[in-house]
Amino acid sequence: MKLSKRIFAGLATASLAVTVTACGGSDSSGNFDDTVTVGILHSLSGTMAISESTLVDTEKMAIEEINAAGGVTVDGKSYKIEYIVEDGASDWPTFAEKSKKLIDQDGVPVVFGGWTSASRKAMLPVYESKDAFLYYPIQYEAQECSNNIFYTGATPNQQSEPATDFMYKRSPAAGGDFFLVGSDYVFPRTSNTITKAQVKQLGGKVVGEDYLPLGNTEVAPIISKIKVALPDGGIIINTLNGDQNVAFFKQIQDAGITPSNGYYVMNYSIAEEEISTIGPEFLEGHYGAWNYMMSIDTPASKKFAKSFKKRWGSDRVVADPQESAYNMVYLWKQAVEDAGTFDDNAVREALVGQTFDAPQGPVEVMANHHLSQTVRIGEINAEGGFTILEETGVVEPQAWNQKHPSSKGYACDWTDPKKGEKYRM
Amino acid sequence: MQLLLESLFNGVAIGSVLLVAALGLAIVFGLMGVINLAHGELMMLGAYSTYITQLIFKQVSFLKPFYDSYVIVAIGIAFLVSGTVGILLERTVIRRLYGSPLETLLATWGVSLILQQFVRSVPLAYASGLVITLFFGLFSPLFISDDLLSGAKGKIIRATTWGFSALLGVATGGILSSLVSKLSRASARNVDVTAPSWMRGGIDFLGITFPKTRLLIILITLISVLVVIFFLDKTAWGIRIRAVTQNRPMSDCLGISTETVDIITFGIGSGLAGVAGVAVSLLGSVGPNVGGNYIVGCFMVVVLGGVGNLLGTILASFSIGIMTDLIGAGRLLTIWPEMPSPLYSTIDFFATTSMARVMIFALIVIFLQFRPTGMFPQKGRMVES
Repeated sequence: MKLSKRIFAGLATASLAVTVTACGGSDSSGNFDDTVTVGILHSLSGTMAISESTLVDTEKMAIEEINAAGGVTVDGKSYKIEYIVEDGASDWPTFAEKSKKLIDQDGVPVVFGGWTSASRKAMLPVYESKDAFLYYPIQYEAQECSNNIFYTGATPNQQSEPATDFMYKRSPAAGGDFFLVGSDYVFPRTSNTITKAQVKQLGGKVVGEDYLPLGNTEVAPIISKIKVALPDGGIIINTLNGDQNVAFFKQIQDAGITPSNGYYVMNYSIAEEEISTIGPEFLEGHYGAWNYMMSIDTPASKKFAKSFKKRWGSDRVVADPQESAYNMVYLWKQAVEDAGTFDDNAVREALVGQTFDAPQGPVEVMANHHLSQTVRIGEINAEGGFTILEETGVVEPQAWNQKHPSSKGYACDWTDPKKGEKYRM
Repeated sequence: MQLLLESLFNGVAIGSVLLVAALGLAIVFGLMGVINLAHGELMMLGAYSTYITQLIFKQVSFLKPFYDSYVIVAIGIAFLVSGTVGILLERTVIRRLYGSPLETLLATWGVSLILQQFVRSVPLAYASGLVITLFFGLFSPLFISDDLLSGAKGKIIRATTWGFSALLGVATGGILSSLVSKLSRASARNVDVTAPSWMRGGIDFLGITFPKTRLLIILITLISVLVVIFFLDKTAWGIRIRAVTQNRPMSDCLGISTETVDIITFGIGSGLAGVAGVAVSLLGSVGPNVGGNYIVGCFMVVVLGGVGNLLGTILASFSIGIMTDLIGAGRLLTIWPEMPSPLYSTIDFFATTSMARVMIFALIVIFLQFRPTGMFPQKGRMVES
């Protein structure tokens, strides 16, 4: 009796659902032949939630935009994109676990996800063993080139190298000594190894470096070291993570390490979102290097910022990681349409060479699964944005850094089976 | 000389943050023997109280002229907020677990997780409302005469006070969320406390810059320590607390209400955690995890100083602070640059913040091997041991 009741209830729901979809189908705005479900995997809880949730918002917006414009057209059929959002919970093994779930259980053709290098390193074996595809949107330390990951953030030669060059040659502290500060994990340490090699090439001097354990906010010893190493001002390269920046900038300002005293900080992890949390009054006069800055004065950039504010609230800002996340959804759509299928291998082949008129300007997918992009150096202003000082042309990505001693002379090319992940140039 | 002075100041500055954070714990853990892993979260509540106070001073027009003094007000508010939550914690959880340290440890760890998630998922306006409800609900019976509170009539009166407190709480939540829009939405984002302009920057003296926030934190610590010492040594309740610490059954026999002593001790310990929260919020950002970053250091200070001894706690935190600066900032290298190269490279290796921490923890472990009871062990025989 009970069972039949349930079956009846199920049937009723099913028929109701059919009626609803039928109604939906006749509606002119949502005229799709089918749907495709993609995976979104970022931290929505834990310490990284602050940053990563903005990517989820951006990816949702990109998907909504694509759907509003007719969805993805594959083989003459139009597909509506639907998404499953999973929470990586700022816990790296969880990222691997949720990736497995998305690939095996939900059967998604693509996952957009990750922020920290640790989360990417945890997910990588999953995608490689299942031959699935992850799109990763964050500027990172490179020294990695997987056939199963597509990296839309900057590599060091697209961010830190031009920035170091600018600081040593053209900033107000030009020719000064360098001090390197970072959080104690893989990105700052790799990035600083590259910076040290580059400073040496330029003929400058790195007079000190220090790493703050993640979660620690006591920067007094670092401040004393900076004062001993750079008594009359100089260049500070900052790769601190998230909240540690708040402690760092509050305390260095009190200690007199400010632009007016000749200390200039170049930041690799501070975008508009972070400026608004730290407070522009602490950051004004320091520098940042990104591919995208909200203050880029082009119609594409303004439209991106405007649609984001419209969708998520006028107090919200857009920043470089979000732009990368936005680009990757569109690039995936284009590659799928070119390939004419959702099949991973075909999409991967179609992906290389895709170009997109991104908010930052034109970007192109290169054979090493990274993007060629424009690099911008900006000075942080009192309004909480960047005043763009310099813009390079389009810079090609180096998956294997040419200044890092361990990867000098190597490159990555997935279009040529003989070359692959790491070959000697 | 200048170097020595600067190093000393830095050591005292780092040490006073540790001390103000560990002071509450020294009372709760040292005097009551309660391992309270939620101590860090009580600090976090203090830090959030500072943030809320700051926003109220910014938004409410008649308070605006006094914006510069909001930090002082925040200290009081943070003390009350963390103290109230601490008393609730004592009444509901810890009281049932006296004498079973392992269960206390697990239960308070659970509470710390609950508190962290609480500030993530509840709008701060309503969280403040809830604290106000608790505050008046818990404390209003103290102002009503005892015969009104007894019998069946008493139950009704108690219920009524809770009802009024709840109304007050809801009203506060509503008013706050409509006044300050930032408080009306729950958010997992870290927030920021900006020190008023008179507290920014530093004072140059003898060629050294003394950051004003650091000076203020040292002052807060100093005052807290003096008040605690005065309270424990000179007031009647302080003497009762010490009596209960030394011999609970005997104090009970002599007519001291040990239950009240427990509430007061725990309330003060938690309240001091709130004051520490104010200090911490001036240095970094305020987020759900802010307390967790300090809890290990706090226990380290109390254990190193000797459980149950305030002087030990004070000395331990300053010695950890000075060691952090000596090792982490590589002072020895500056003083003696021509030292032999193997020694130089060893010291240089430890002269980063993360390695200094490793070194200090190692030194503490070695120290405790020789003096397991800390710098100043409790003298005499404890009844419990």
